[in-house]
Amino acid sequence: MNRFNKLAIDHPADLRFGIAPKPLTTRQGLKLGGGIVYPELNFTLPPMFVDESTMPEVREQYRGIIQGALARAAELEAPGLVVEFETLPPMTEHPAWGIELTRILLDGMAEAHARHGLKSVLRITPNDTREMERPPRMRSGPLFEAMLATFDGCAAAGAELLSIESVGGKEIHDEALMMGDLRGVLFGLCVMGVRDMRFLWTELQRIADKHGVHCAGDTACGFGNTAMVLAGQQMIPRVFAAVVRAISAVRTLVGYECGCVGPGKDCGYENPILKAITGFPMAMEGRTAACAHSSPLGNIAAAACDTWSNESVQNIKLLGGMAPTVYVEQLIYDCRVMNQALADGRDAALQYRKWLVASDAALDPQAYVLTPESAVAIARVIVNAPNHYAAGRAAGLTAVKLLRDAHRDGQVKILKRELPWLERMQKTLESLPAGENQFIDEMMGVVDTSKFVAADYEL
Amino acid sequence: MDDHQPLYEAILIGDGKAARAATEQALAAGMDPLKLVQDHMMRAMAEVGRRFECHDYFVPELLLAARAMKSALEPIRPLLKNQSIGPSGCVLIGTVTGDLHDIGKNLVIAMLEGAGFEVVDLGVNVPPGQFVQKIKEKNPHIVAMSALLTTTMPAMKTTIDALKQAGVRNQVKIIVGGAPITQKYADEIGADGYTETASGAVALARKVMA
Repeated sequence: MNRFNKLAIDHPADLRFGIAPKPLTTRQGLKLGGGIVYPELNFTLPPMFVDESTMPEVREQYRGIIQGALARAAELEAPGLVVEFETLPPMTEHPAWGIELTRILLDGMAEAHARHGLKSVLRITPNDTREMERPPRMRSGPLFEAMLATFDGCAAAGAELLSIESVGGKEIHDEALMMGDLRGVLFGLCVMGVRDMRFLWTELQRIADKHGVHCAGDTACGFGNTAMVLAGQQMIPRVFAAVVRAISAVRTLVGYECGCVGPGKDCGYENPILKAITGFPMAMEGRTAACAHSSPLGNIAAAACDTWSNESVQNIKLLGGMAPTVYVEQLIYDCRVMNQALADGRDAALQYRKWLVASDAALDPQAYVLTPESAVAIARVIVNAPNHYAAGRAAGLTAVKLLRDAHRDGQVKILKRELPWLERMQKTLESLPAGENQFIDEMMGVVDTSKFVAADYEL
Repeated sequence: MDDHQPLYEAILIGDGKAARAATEQALAAGMDPLKLVQDHMMRAMAEVGRRFECHDYFVPELLLAARAMKSALEPIRPLLKNQSIGPSGCVLIGTVTGDLHDIGKNLVIAMLEGAGFEVVDLGVNVPPGQFVQKIKEKNPHIVAMSALLTTTMPAMKTTIDALKQAGVRNQVKIIVGGAPITQKYADEIGADGYTETASGAVALARKVMA
């Protein structure tokens, strides 16, 4: 465990796209975070079952996706490409399927390298299938074993970056979101989530070491993005989702404490905070991920990215070609602009970053907490905190203060009906006990403990 | 009705303790329990629903109000054994086999419960056979299915086929939802209704039961 007690990026001006203090060089020589933003393509199947009988069609789908997308990337002279294979649950439950499809993608990538000189790297993201059982068994059982076997086999096959959208703590966090309960949020993210992340990423680091690959990073997708989607549907206040985002960085950080080196997972919109803390490169997604879900972060998400992703797109036919091929083109063009700005020097990059940030930040509190200034401020209180619980509390309070100040100064639009929530959240966070043990004692008396296996969370 | 404004207000702001205390006070004062439910509690919940529909309230406020209503009903239930304050209908709900997403489903549950429906939650990754078995056990009015993945939405059709095969399809109305689902798809698989959002589930449930 490597606790980060100081910031890798101390000044907001240094938190920008394409440049990470600790870049990652891949086997083929892509230097992620080393001065170039690379496209990161993600894709999924069209509506169809995945089972033994459909596997021939599934193989053809993935073969077609990789061939089409890489051919377009080569035509457009992409400087390199990160390919993410986010498996579907049956491919994690049956590791042999996930591993076989990984090989198909790697074969396609090797062929594009040989034929066109296109450098690429594969990120493998198996599903966190532990939650298929309720309450989930987080540390043992056939689902857990199959998930690890998928990681192991894919890493052995040549997938160089390991990621997951882990779910530890979601058992309590889901309801906390629906109830607008910040104490439950903190318990789910910074007590349960932190403990599961520590366990899981220690296991994954063993696999990475065994095969000479990298633990890349996790995401608070099931937490922060769930909040973002609910806020988008006007189910919960946007200020609440913004504060959840800030707190979620504490959970995601644990992956880096256990050995992850980036690029952080694309759907971790909290990644600018993580980049400021760790200095590792980060994947981000924004407007190009509208194919998967809406967000109020379309431009600002690119401000600190090192790879630029589309989250996920179904392999369906569009006028411009199959959707993954179309999306790789969009990503490449977005990256070209960022890379041109980088090539023109620091001032040009900062000017472009300013437009990315300013075009979103004033319109939504969820964007405002991710401006470089906000991200560094939140990152700072996280590294200054003595433990994860205190860090989560401090991150939440800082986010609330940033939003209150920004609203007062007319820098961010907050709906009138959301304003009482800022007051409410501040009171809740200020009333929390100082010590983690007391907080845990209190929460174990009020949360539904039948929803999780306490021992799996060391509780 | 104004004599019992505290009960109405307590439900409106989601204060369960205050709602229960106000109910007990009203009962002690000799208030007719059925009148208390109809004139105060249901009126409060109708106002909560209105505020949610016009975006004055968020889901947390809706859920807290529903919980307050539940607390207020506790001292009344024993007094109403012979009078009907039963649920609007019974809904059996689950995320289809292979799919682990449940927050959308949970939101639908919250909406339905807030509107007075009895909801039986089968959870996530629910095989067709389990839907069949629970229909036989619970005899619901509606079966609601959720899916978030393009690769799991076909399980909705498989489930409907299983219901037909088991001879229970016509006992229930079937409603479906989830990010990849469309009205067209719902029609194709023979569902009785589809809604794009969780908040539309109540109106849909009422519509298919009408």
